Amino acid sequence: MNVLWLQSAGCGGCTMSLLCAEGPNVFDLLDGAGVDFLWHPALSEATGGEVLPLLSAVESGEIALDVLAIEGSILTGPKGTGKFHMLSGTGRSMLDWVRSLAPKARHVMAVGTCATYGGITSAGGNPASAVGVQYDGHHPGGVLAPEFRSQSGLPVINVAGCPTHPDWVTETLLLLAADDLPAAALDELGRPRFYADHLVHHACPKNEYYEYKASAEELSQLGCMMEHLGCVGTQAVGDCNIRGWNGEGSCTRAGYPCINCTAPEFEEPNHPFTDTPKFAGIPVGLPTDMPKAWFMALASLSKAATPKRIGQNAVSDRIKVPPQKTVRKS
Amino acid sequence: MSDRNLLVGPFNRVEGDLEIRLEVADGQVAAAYVNSPLFRGFEPMLLGKAPQDALTITPRICGICSISQSAAAAQALAAAAGATPTPQGALVAALLHGVENMCDHLTHFNLFFMPDFARPAYQGRDWHDHAISRFTAMQGSGLRQATEARAQLLHIVGLLGGKWPHTLAIQPGGVTRAPTARDRIRISSTLAAFRRYLEDVLFGAPVEDFIALTTGEAARNWSTGDAGTFMQIADDLGLASSGPGPGRYLSFGAYPMEDGRSFGPGLWEADSWRAVNTDEIGEDLSHAWMLGKTAHPRDGQTEPDEDMSDPGYSWCKAPRLAGQTIETGAFARQVVDGHAMALDLARHGSSVFARVAGRLLEIARTQVLLEKWARDITPEARFLEQVAVPQEGVGEGLLEAARGSLGHWLRIEGGKIAGYQIIAPTTWNFSPRDAGGVPGPLEAALVGAPVAEDEDTPLSVQHIVRSFDPCMVCTVH
Repeated sequence: MNVLWLQSAGCGGCTMSLLCAEGPNVFDLLDGAGVDFLWHPALSEATGGEVLPLLSAVESGEIALDVLAIEGSILTGPKGTGKFHMLSGTGRSMLDWVRSLAPKARHVMAVGTCATYGGITSAGGNPASAVGVQYDGHHPGGVLAPEFRSQSGLPVINVAGCPTHPDWVTETLLLLAADDLPAAALDELGRPRFYADHLVHHACPKNEYYEYKASAEELSQLGCMMEHLGCVGTQAVGDCNIRGWNGEGSCTRAGYPCINCTAPEFEEPNHPFTDTPKFAGIPVGLPTDMPKAWFMALASLSKAATPKRIGQNAVSDRIKVPPQKTVRKS
Repeated sequence: MSDRNLLVGPFNRVEGDLEIRLEVADGQVAAAYVNSPLFRGFEPMLLGKAPQDALTITPRICGICSISQSAAAAQALAAAAGATPTPQGALVAALLHGVENMCDHLTHFNLFFMPDFARPAYQGRDWHDHAISRFTAMQGSGLRQATEARAQLLHIVGLLGGKWPHTLAIQPGGVTRAPTARDRIRISSTLAAFRRYLEDVLFGAPVEDFIALTTGEAARNWSTGDAGTFMQIADDLGLASSGPGPGRYLSFGAYPMEDGRSFGPGLWEADSWRAVNTDEIGEDLSHAWMLGKTAHPRDGQTEPDEDMSDPGYSWCKAPRLAGQTIETGAFARQVVDGHAMALDLARHGSSVFARVAGRLLEIARTQVLLEKWARDITPEARFLEQVAVPQEGVGEGLLEAARGSLGHWLRIEGGKIAGYQIIAPTTWNFSPRDAGGVPGPLEAALVGAPVAEDEDTPLSVQHIVRSFDPCMVCTVH
């Protein structure tokens, strides 16, 4: 299965993250599954004049393209021209290239939240008029229309994340190579369900604090960050705390909140990222699938029942009070 | 040979988008024009936001120098608040940042720079078969080893910073996770494994032996490991006389801690050191597609010229220090810090060889620093103090990314960001011409590069461009 990878308006971090794949390394992993890059802007030997004929051959259909992978948002500015990002050496905007190449590909894969929904590049006033490949934030329809389907019949496969976990990208490619990623394997926003059916909350080491609403008041404290520090791990999709990042890491494990980077418009939460907006002292935004009345009732009950150990550790930067051990007398 | 113009792009194995226009005469480059063809607009994006949001947004400028951007933002915020991080917080921030810089150097050497020597154009050279086996793009055994070593070294960022890139762990007052004694042991173990990679594979000898080199000659004679392969190639191809720099080396100083910076700041020119006065910085917009006048970044603005009118030819501004171009990067940093080998190389002038040798030297020196910092972690200490961001204030954050000097200039008014300007390393190195018509450092370095009659993407140009390890996504941001 061949892959043409284009870097559009993003930071390149999804490729950098991809190189963190382990057991085996990304090159051995993709080789082993018969996945090879026709061209990758950070990794291939071919540059400049060597690349242009390749792009032409894909565009003309002379080379059959299995996967068009796009990293980064697509810039439509200024004034709809796309000239804020010209694909260098070609005299054409990336906007133009993506429109032209996408219909030729068996699959189109958007890598990272910029490519999927616009992402951080569309933050603030969206100065470069960035959109995703098939979404503009929450709205279906980006560079490609909502009804676009690639040759395989799938919509754009949205491997969202800022950055993407290396395994999200490699496993999507491996599933495509194995012809094992049907439409039903994607969620309503086009994300592969193998990671999007999980919540960041799952396996978060702060779960016991969450259960008692024992909250961290400041960054670096061990308590749950939902009440005060903007954490939306109970609503954000991703298996971050199940797989771990770069070994055993995750945002919440490192003491800062989940900011829902796998979701459309995470870049504009309408409040500072590390603050929780509240209404009458109650956090706005409930855990996924949780009825409000129940959340309120459970929260007040569990807060009242918080063991001293959990309450004290929640506002400490390390475990101050260990769990009481039962010692069996022999 | 007839004069001709070449448009080189897409220029890959650099981070981000790069296009170079070359005027060729008499078999060599007569003039070069460097275009950064991507504008996203992070600076305008930040205006009106809560100041601490810069910690989430600015790392996402760049997926390869993400921690550098985050640390610069944290420093600018701390400066605006008149605060400093806790000593142990600064130590862990240095550890996180040092790992990123190390990984970037490794990625550059193995994945971006060396694969060009495996090209068929070098068939018949003594070293070519070895270069093919070690450095063929995406295939070479050297690339695979380096990629694995890098992924494992980044476990330190996973542990302390949650993930790489785009961690939010570095804050104005320190870091968000207090490491334990167990973490310290894991970090030291990861570093021990990485040292084994460096000594078995990259240097083929103890890193201390490379650090002990005092002359360019001694570096050229280094014969072991992948570093030795590079020295052999550089000698054969004359890379020491390829891609000269302006002879002015800038460093803001790397890894700020309680007792100073591990690699010191300064400007090195004509064999002498002077302190850097950032008031002397001006960003010239004459050849950028940007509206406005030359300004210091504390007063600067970023308003793109949507008509992309002449004589602009890049989205990149042209920063100058006291009106002059400077070179920044690992080699410059080692020169400014006064390492004997780097100083000796600087006496002969910057070059493709010097830049890559400087990067190898910094890999060796950074390993020793990382090991020391890991030992110095004191788990019982404070790692984060809360810093109250003021309603009004200005702050400057200066540090060294892998590719050189990075500055953030922040202005807060009414509790919101009222000004945010960034000058990244490659903004300096790959800047376009200024109002005086003076080319940027890369543009000048390319003049004289040989171009064969059948080349449309000259190899000499590729070596020179990649020797700077450009990060184009940072350049314009």
